[in-house]
Amino acid sequence: MAPRIKLFLPLFLFALLAIVLFRGLFLDPSEMPSALIDRPLPAFTLPELGGAQQLSRDDVTGQVALLNVWATWCVSCRVEHPYLQQLADAGIPIYGLNYKDNDSAAQGWLDELGNPYRLVIADRDGTLGLDLGVYGAPETYLLDANGVVRYRHVGVVNEDVWQTILEPLYLQLNQGQVAP
Amino acid sequence: MIPEFGHFALILALCLALILATVPAWGAWRGNSVAMSLAPSLAVGILVFVGISFGCLAAAFLQDDFSVQLVASHSNTLLPPIYKFSAVWGNHEGSLVLWALILAFWTAAVALFSSQLPLLVLSRVLSVMGAISVGFLSFSLITSNPFARLLPGAPADGADLNPLLQDPGLIIHPPLLYMGYVGFSVAFAFAIAALLGGRLDASWARWSRPWTNTAWAFLTLGIMLGSWWAYYELGWGGWWFWDPVENASFMPWLAGTALVHSLAATEKRGLFKSWTVLLAIFAFSLSLLGTFLVRSGVLTSVHAFAVDPERGMFILVFLALVVGGSLTLYALRAPAVSSRVSFAWVSRESLLLCNNVVFLVAALTVLFGTMFPLIVDALGMGKVSVGPPYFNAVFVPLMALLVPVMGLGPVSRWKRDSLSRWRGELIIPTVVAVLCGITLPALHAPYNIWVALAVLLSSWLVLGLVKDFWERLRSASTTAGGLRRLTPGYCGMVIAHLGFAACVIGIVATSQYSVEHDLKMDPGDTREMAGYNFRFIEVAEVSGPNFVAQEARFEVTEDGVPVASMNPQKRRYLASGSVMTEAAIDAGLFRDLYVAMGEPVGDNGAWAMRLHYKPMVRWMWLGAILMAIGAFTAAADKRYRRQRKALPTADEAVLHGA
Repeated sequence: MAPRIKLFLPLFLFALLAIVLFRGLFLDPSEMPSALIDRPLPAFTLPELGGAQQLSRDDVTGQVALLNVWATWCVSCRVEHPYLQQLADAGIPIYGLNYKDNDSAAQGWLDELGNPYRLVIADRDGTLGLDLGVYGAPETYLLDANGVVRYRHVGVVNEDVWQTILEPLYLQLNQGQVAP
Repeated sequence: MIPEFGHFALILALCLALILATVPAWGAWRGNSVAMSLAPSLAVGILVFVGISFGCLAAAFLQDDFSVQLVASHSNTLLPPIYKFSAVWGNHEGSLVLWALILAFWTAAVALFSSQLPLLVLSRVLSVMGAISVGFLSFSLITSNPFARLLPGAPADGADLNPLLQDPGLIIHPPLLYMGYVGFSVAFAFAIAALLGGRLDASWARWSRPWTNTAWAFLTLGIMLGSWWAYYELGWGGWWFWDPVENASFMPWLAGTALVHSLAATEKRGLFKSWTVLLAIFAFSLSLLGTFLVRSGVLTSVHAFAVDPERGMFILVFLALVVGGSLTLYALRAPAVSSRVSFAWVSRESLLLCNNVVFLVAALTVLFGTMFPLIVDALGMGKVSVGPPYFNAVFVPLMALLVPVMGLGPVSRWKRDSLSRWRGELIIPTVVAVLCGITLPALHAPYNIWVALAVLLSSWLVLGLVKDFWERLRSASTTAGGLRRLTPGYCGMVIAHLGFAACVIGIVATSQYSVEHDLKMDPGDTREMAGYNFRFIEVAEVSGPNFVAQEARFEVTEDGVPVASMNPQKRRYLASGSVMTEAAIDAGLFRDLYVAMGEPVGDNGAWAMRLHYKPMVRWMWLGAILMAIGAFTAAADKRYRRQRKALPTADEAVLHGA
């Protein structure tokens, strides 16, 4: 009867898949994990893109800032890029997290399109991305002056997202910092 | 009144489908030939009523009947009539009706063109397809009624069709894709009928081959159009994004490719029987899974329809019934002992086995990559994403493994071949292929090793085909006689394999040689790229039927000779206010020039512009068209339409005795 049993294998695999799909129905893929909000940015030691130094958590904290996850393989990042440049030109501090990318391609992109980032962390293997729970590029995290993640936006940051969600929070955090 | 007629016709179609799913199947089980002979007429009846329903929905769109909710939210009076028509399937509810219509079309086609099939087999096949119709028609009627009214309070004008979908490519892309997806239901139904009848033999494979080839050809065209559309409409020159929804159409294609080849071995040599049945089940299951992924909202994607857990649950239950049921049937009825037919390791059979393994592994890796974020999420381990790097890393080596085998396939012999014969056959093609691989890429500086490899592999494939073709002609006494002896099946294979070679060259050359510049350009500026001079003349205001646009005027010259004038646009659609980039493309067999507008920079009329030079990008789509033509040619082979065999099958004998 043994040969018959192996014919059940596809059915068994499908049953596993169906369970995953069933679970998937009750999850919202664009919802962010609440665990990260109001928690400090995870510590890391990663090289700077196009520079010799190693970056750590302290290099990107100290003021209210945006941390933008991007990659050259990400088409939406291309759409997002001009608006980030506008924000950077307006004086908003933005740090880049170059996620699972090739350094030379990333450097080429910045040379070609302009660099809106104060510093770019080269996360070649996606380790910091994993700690952050990056779902996919682009994603943007709003950090307060103490390096605590206050908000996470999944998807492209455009004028609409900035004005309705990020900017009010950004201003509020900046004021909160001045008040005490 | 028209929408109510449409709704009623859809309900009648569901009733007929319920009868088709049960009565002929019962007839086949009890040996009642009256019940079985009902099947073809029922199949045609379903087509008539789903057709009426689809016509009513199209009429509601064309007449701007905004009291129908679907029309109000997906159409607009300003929309050109052709897009009003294509808006019917530019949304979840309407595309389900299209799906049901195409399924009814395939079912009726099987009913009408299968006079050579034994009635017993035909009734089982049609019953299985009727059961699938029941699933989709009730999905449409219960969870996504396309004819729901907005009464009272119908709006004066509609919300407009998503501008991305207002495009000639998108008029035919979904119908072609569905022709492919749903077409695999025929192979699936034949496989299930064979399992039910307990007779897995060569005749089963021969009956399903033309249907499978046709469905595969439609799916190939559908995927090609989708890729082409992404290329010119999305405005960044990419042509494949490994997006979950693209993967959803690609997985059935990969499984279908394995199926097409495995059916050949089953038909000719009676081999891999249970394997082929499993592939038929896989191909259609992956089509259904694609439907689930697109419509349930479990994965994020640019293509996904509105999220609705109720719909997701319905289609998951349907998926579980169809796939779970057929795999259970497979586990219980498939022959467990390996077939007695044997073959040597060096033979066409083992090459086909390689093909099957490569395509199945490819389908599973794409499935795994698509599902991985969901699996990790479902296990509560957080959110991850699998980007193009994963897919490229696993896909490129698989295809590189495939092509050497593909080159051997046509020249090899069934059952037993010898390495020394292969050496004799292929020594010249190998040498020429290596020479091509070394020399041809030198035409394009700088020398690129990946292109060299692609040219080497493709020319090996092409030369193997040419050599085999030539041998066949030479073995005949006259050339004309030799040509006449070539079967459509053989010609189809040659055309499809040539298409694959073109595709490989196109993909590798365009990935390696493409040049892309994002620039700030003032009116009057000239930029040089890949030997072409792009002169930006001005930006003008133009208006279309339902949009206004800013149009940039470009003159392109090569060595002072005018090549093209290109006019990319930035459109703002009036009804929705959304902004769309319309790239300008100057297409050519060896290169495409591509200009897209970014954002205005400053107040002096300067714009961010994206210029692309894309060599040989057309080869990819031409290759896909060749593959489809090849599959259609093979499906047209007359031997599939031969009259009923002289010897009645065992089932039939039982039936006539009863």
